[in-house]
Amino acid sequence: MPRISPKTSERLAKILLWGAGFLTVLILAAIVIYVLVNGVSEINWEFLTTPPIGGLSGEGGISTIIVTTVYLILITIFILTPVGIGAAIYLSEYAQDNILTNFIRYAVETLAGVPSIIYGLFGYALFVSALYLGHSLIAGALTLVCLLLPTMIRTTEEALRAVPQEYREASLALGATRWQTIWHVALPAALPGIATAIILSTGRVIEETACLYVTLGGSAAMPRSILSGGRTLALHVYYLAMDTMAFDKAMATAAVLIIIIVIINLFTNWLSQRFRSAYTAMEEGRP
Amino acid sequence: MKLIEVTNRDNGPASNATKIKVRGLNLYYGVFQALRDINLDIIEKSITAIIGPSGCGKSSFLRVFNRMNDLIPSAKTEGMIELDGESIYARGCDVVELRKRVGMVFQKPNPFPMSVFDNVAFGPRRHGNHNKSELEEIVERSLIRAALWDETKDKLHQSALSLSGGQQQRLCIARVLAVQPEVILMDEPCSALDPIATMKIEDLMRNLAQEYTIVIVTHNMQQAARVSDRTAFFFMSEDRAGILVEEGPTTEIFTNPKDKRTEDYVTGRFG
Amino acid sequence: MQPRTLLNKSLKEIQDEVLIMGSMVEKALGLAMDSMKNRDLELAEKIISDDDKVDKKRALIEEKCIQLIATQQPIATDLRFIVAVLNIIIDLERIADYAEGIARITIMIGDEPPLKPLIDLPRMTEKTQDMLHRALDSFVRRDTNLARQICKEDDEVDNLYKQVFNELLFFMISDPRTVNRATRLIWAAHNLERSADRVTNICERVVYIVTGKTEELGASKDG
Repeated sequence: MPRISPKTSERLAKILLWGAGFLTVLILAAIVIYVLVNGVSEINWEFLTTPPIGGLSGEGGISTIIVTTVYLILITIFILTPVGIGAAIYLSEYAQDNILTNFIRYAVETLAGVPSIIYGLFGYALFVSALYLGHSLIAGALTLVCLLLPTMIRTTEEALRAVPQEYREASLALGATRWQTIWHVALPAALPGIATAIILSTGRVIEETACLYVTLGGSAAMPRSILSGGRTLALHVYYLAMDTMAFDKAMATAAVLIIIIVIINLFTNWLSQRFRSAYTAMEEGRP
Repeated sequence: MKLIEVTNRDNGPASNATKIKVRGLNLYYGVFQALRDINLDIIEKSITAIIGPSGCGKSSFLRVFNRMNDLIPSAKTEGMIELDGESIYARGCDVVELRKRVGMVFQKPNPFPMSVFDNVAFGPRRHGNHNKSELEEIVERSLIRAALWDETKDKLHQSALSLSGGQQQRLCIARVLAVQPEVILMDEPCSALDPIATMKIEDLMRNLAQEYTIVIVTHNMQQAARVSDRTAFFFMSEDRAGILVEEGPTTEIFTNPKDKRTEDYVTGRFG
Repeated sequence: MQPRTLLNKSLKEIQDEVLIMGSMVEKALGLAMDSMKNRDLELAEKIISDDDKVDKKRALIEEKCIQLIATQQPIATDLRFIVAVLNIIIDLERIADYAEGIARITIMIGDEPPLKPLIDLPRMTEKTQDMLHRALDSFVRRDTNLARQICKEDDEVDNLYKQVFNELLFFMISDPRTVNRATRLIWAAHNLERSADRVTNICERVVYIVTGKTEELGASKDG
């Protein structure tokens, strides 16, 4: 086989990499454009503010679905954040490196890779059946907490570990206690990372279908308490597409979903950029 | 003929009282012995410099005094270390209280990513002082004492990270002063600074030595010579444990050391 | 905040010590001549025993300089200053030794009848004292003009010396019984002449501090 000259290989690599990048953008653009083109025409104020009526044609809008989604996000984050940050603090600040903590870390890593339907089945068995919570917001939220906890812990722990050790030493050397050091020094410095973790979790709540399918039920009614069932946007898309003929409504809901996800991602980027620039500005000596 | 005692700095030690007394100190990291049988008196209101080659346990020694070695799980300290005659490794000794009395300035300036004011007020606040006017007074007094007030009085509420390296290090000193310590430990405080900033810190140290007991670890022999009243020379024994070779008035160590190893080190003929 | 307070302070201390030593030496010269003029043996003894104090002062200043070099790393002007001081104190100590020599001559002369009233020797002493005093001024003020001026004035002392020498030579030739006494006075005059030469050395060091150059500024040719 003849040797390829460095110049040729350089050009070849460039073309291949460019191709891979272009393909990614193409696929993404295709999905987004397809959903938006087919869905946006159905989106209007009425669609957003009326509850779904049901039936094969999928009459009505998605108001209760949006409300359910917001509720679920709030409940999940409310439980997830303290538990996740607490565990991360324990792992990064208190626990010493030993077999137990290594095992916990290993477990966290592994759990992050488990398919969400497995969490769904677990959530169904534990929360829906064993704890008699039924198909409900709380059962769904708790299941989501189980699903999201590993990522939350890992991201927060990484954020805490990224806080320079010098800050902790300075604080401790000033006679601050360990907890004061975490609360007043480590956590504030890790805040951008933690905020990102929370926002990404929010995104996961919005996207998730499989594990909610078995824990949240499918009621399209307005939820009255945390024990009410419901459906999120993603679930609604699934129901509309599978159980009814209302493919246009499914596309409209999907369009809303995609728009929300894009907004969340942009917001996350903006937030982390803002934090980063605020930090680098300080370090470069600009006020 | 010896005509002058330690008196080449007449703003030097105001007394000869021992502030910290170390007897038979051994420090281990797991099975590795980092320091062996150290005996040393730190004189009150003076500057003691600790010099020696890399890895001889200087910084570890410094961290014995405010028990920062406690942060390393495998570290084990043996022997007697007394601050004002009280053992700091005794069972009843409160580490938080100890660290209030024994402050520390680190190698790299490490102000918190907060405002100048909040940095200086950090210690007092953690110790329960939230009175605004009292904090303002403490911050001003500490910054003046650290020779930083004129440069920062108009930007107390700007980020501490916007200061220059030398200013940041003086801020770290002010932050320590705000806790009103008795002893200040300095772990190579100028190694990240330019020469002018270094000289300013050294002047500040001389000034502070009138009120505080200062122990400084430095790689820079000239710095030890310039700034300290007494110098302790550490060296590695064959099994790499740090030992104290010689201790005495700085002028003695730098003009007429007793030990051959000290002579070789201060004349740059080490190794 | 001007850095290096400690170095500045130590340099100032050393300068002050040199001035103290200088005034000790200046005084010793005057007193030595007084003892000779007034045949005050007691004073002469005191001058001899006081020479120790000057020697100690020199050792103290030297030690301070060494410690400063060892601990403060003086550079440029600061370094030249220290080197100059180390030389100046040697000159000062020698002048003090010359004063002590004059005191010893006073004792040797004892109560022998005076050869002649002492006129030129006190004048030489005054001139040398004056030169020394102003040399120390030029040292403090780093005044090279003054230093150079003082070196020129050394000729006056040299001329006085020649005059005294010739006069005493004449005494010895005309009356050999005066040889003993005249020789002693020549020694004293010689001590004064050498002292003035030492003052010019000090002036050269002042010029060195300021310019960094070592110049011969008129050390006597016959020295």
